[in-house]
Amino acid sequence: MMKNITLGQYYPVDSWVHRLDPRMKIVLTIALIVGVFMVSSFVGYALVLAFVYLAARMAKIPFRMLVRGVKALRFILILTFLLNLFFNAGTTMLLEWGILKISLEGLDQAIHYSLRLVFLVMGTSLMTLTTSPIALSDGIERLLSPLKVIRFPAHELAMMMSIALRFIPTLMEEADKIMKAQMARGADFESGNIIARAKAMVPLLVPLFVSAFRRAGDLAMAMESRCYHGGENRTRLRVLKITRNDWIAAGVTAALIALIVLEGRFVPDLVTLVQGWLPAEQTASLFFTKGLKL
Amino acid sequence: MKEIITVKDVTFTYEEATEPALRGVSLAVQEGEFLAVLGHNGSGKSTLAKLLNALYIPTEGHVTVCGFDTQDDDHLWDVRQQAGMIFQNPDNQIVATVVREDVAFGLENLAVPHAEMVQRIDEALAAVRMTDFAAAPPHMLSGGQKQRVAIAGILAMQPRVIIADEATAMLDPSGRREVLSTIRRLNREKGITVVWITHYMEEAAQADRVIVMNHGQVALTGAPREIFEQTAQLREMHLDVPHMTDLAQDLRAEGMPLPAGILTVDEMTEEVCKLLCQSR
Repeated sequence: MMKNITLGQYYPVDSWVHRLDPRMKIVLTIALIVGVFMVSSFVGYALVLAFVYLAARMAKIPFRMLVRGVKALRFILILTFLLNLFFNAGTTMLLEWGILKISLEGLDQAIHYSLRLVFLVMGTSLMTLTTSPIALSDGIERLLSPLKVIRFPAHELAMMMSIALRFIPTLMEEADKIMKAQMARGADFESGNIIARAKAMVPLLVPLFVSAFRRAGDLAMAMESRCYHGGENRTRLRVLKITRNDWIAAGVTAALIALIVLEGRFVPDLVTLVQGWLPAEQTASLFFTKGLKL
Repeated sequence: MKEIITVKDVTFTYEEATEPALRGVSLAVQEGEFLAVLGHNGSGKSTLAKLLNALYIPTEGHVTVCGFDTQDDDHLWDVRQQAGMIFQNPDNQIVATVVREDVAFGLENLAVPHAEMVQRIDEALAAVRMTDFAAAPPHMLSGGQKQRVAIAGILAMQPRVIIADEATAMLDPSGRREVLSTIRRLNREKGITVVWITHYMEEAAQADRVIVMNHGQVALTGAPREIFEQTAQLREMHLDVPHMTDLAQDLRAEGMPLPAGILTVDEMTEEVCKLLCQSR
């Protein structure tokens, strides 16, 4: 049931991108997202697409995996598109039909937001597909550790993440076992409407939660008996190291962002472009209808 | 021989409990011995285990591990490093997503330098014969293998005592053999003291000395053979007697002159064969 969500999944192959430092990958992903939000024309999106495509190739990840991740979010995408399309007050009207109004600015916004969402998902998927969850939690811990000064629990957060990762397969197995046990006793998880099916989950979730709490108690005791005393005064088996490759990746990403900034300066965006095409009187008439509405 | 663990007049009452789980327990564990602690459910044997690792602190009395009193907060980590503990549920004591990293967990907590850590992990995994699984995710292992990983995690911390709190209770017979033989080998070869808490008679029979717990008190103590001959008393404490000891007693009652102290099928076979040879 979760196989279509690429966001947060790891694609275990060995590649140049996989070997990059998780900290660098996190930072660069954030930079990429910021970059995507600065794009103003289609040339910029083409640049980002090219970047993501090449990165996926280098990471030996089939590009369709990234596409699949976007597909999983199609409802949110369509919703974002429609909301922006209809509820954006613009000056250049393209279509008016009853209460439905589509303006040029609205269309522009709708395209922008949808594309941003697409690249946001692709960018983060690219990071999680190439970084094992445990490396990711390590990276997050190191990146956030300066915040320990203001008592931000960076180590605890990473520890929680890695324990959650450790217990996901165990709990899945257990859920499966309980489900089969209930099915053997005549429970029905598959038929009925959503509400009926949600209700059928209760006898599955209750024992699962009870056991999860017991596991948590046991684990806490086992950790304490192995001298766990929080993040202070602790050494690590995994050592993170920024290499030359990390700086190359950072350089390429920086170049992309520089190009995006330049593109914003020199390539006209959709609104200016279309307004340039429209004959003068039509623009005026559109403005006129707009004026009447007001 | 030196005493490595001393339990002196210990009483322990759980919070919100009216009756103490342990009352006036005194015992000593000698360095290098394999001590089995037997008892049915609720006899206080698990409570005793947790007192030996400073997970619980006695309500009354004192527990001393390797010269450190468990009540002494300054030496809490010394106690836990010296007396490693393996728990019942193999899943609930593995912290990391990779075997190697789980073995590292205790070392990370003790702030062992990286180079030494790597070396100690390799040694510990080799000692429990899990080197081939160093990079495996724990959920892909069998119960017995998980318990061996847990043992490696303790072993890497270089303890003098290993306390196993019903470490085989959730395993299948082959997993049980695998774990017990690993522990026995460590006891023999590395001289690590073992406190083996169990309700399996067959396992207790392999120990140097057995303590039987009942109602929070030490009921019997002695060599396995001495203990298992006291069938009536064991039954009273809801403990099973090893099948062969049981059978030997029945046969003796029927007039077969079998000697006392038979625990295993092999011993029984040998004694019966001897009798057969004599009768010819």
